[in-house]
Amino acid sequence: MNSPKLDPVQTHALPSQVVKADEPILVARAKAGDISAFETLVNRYERKIFRLTQNITQNREDAEDAMQEAFLKAFEHLGEFEGNSRFYTWLVRIAVNQALMKLRRRRPNVVSLDDEIDTGEDMMPRDVEDWGPSPVERYEQTELSGILSKVISELDPPFRIVFQLRDIEQLSTEETAEALGLSVPAVKSRLLRARLKLRQKLNQYFRRGTNS
Amino acid sequence: MKCKDIVKELADYLDEALDPCLRTSIEEHLGRCKDCRVVVDTTKQTIEIFCNSEPAPLPPTTRERLHDALVKRLRRSRASNTPQA
Repeated sequence: MNSPKLDPVQTHALPSQVVKADEPILVARAKAGDISAFETLVNRYERKIFRLTQNITQNREDAEDAMQEAFLKAFEHLGEFEGNSRFYTWLVRIAVNQALMKLRRRRPNVVSLDDEIDTGEDMMPRDVEDWGPSPVERYEQTELSGILSKVISELDPPFRIVFQLRDIEQLSTEETAEALGLSVPAVKSRLLRARLKLRQKLNQYFRRGTNS
Repeated sequence: MKCKDIVKELADYLDEALDPCLRTSIEEHLGRCKDCRVVVDTTKQTIEIFCNSEPAPLPPTTRERLHDALVKRLRRSRASNTPQA
């Protein structure tokens, strides 16, 4: 019997994984007090950090504040960055902390990230429909961005944030666990649930024969 | 291997974090189960669509406020000549 060969998700460097070769140099210069080097890093990552804080807080004002505080904290604590990870990964962790503080302040009753979550037996996908080739090409870029923002905002925070860090920001499972204070199995179970929920939500937009 | 086992192992399968024996069992199942193939493929596409999506530019006012705050902070730092450790 022929087994289908499914490409692994990461067969090549995806945009979010690309580390520009000059990043360590910029960081070293910024640590030495070169402000223009730090500004270059800010310009490079501001869009991604804002998307991150926006997706976590789901509130424009909080997202803006969290992003701003993240960059300021990164600058203030740059001397403590030892280069054991990518600068961007370190920055993401700071931004996640800032965004989570905002989220918890605004929604104190929100499910705690480390609460036990039932990821149990109801995960069997119900909508099993082929999407056909290149489903995203059916939508304009702006429209696609709107769809992605909408479906991810509908996830509960514990799932949304794990998916954001693991699959959008491309942190490893271990880095995601460390950033959120979760165990590796907890990250994996939340990630599986998040991926399946998002797949189901996107199904209405991407199944074969669907038009924008 | 049953369909529910495929779902259980889906994340590790897509992340290539399974041992080769389990991976082979999954691929044998996928070879004969169209529904599971569709689930695996559309979940993989879901990840890729998000992963490849470019973040939108910052709203101009947001960017302006960020850079104003940074300039203010950086000026203070310049006055003290070096970032705080």
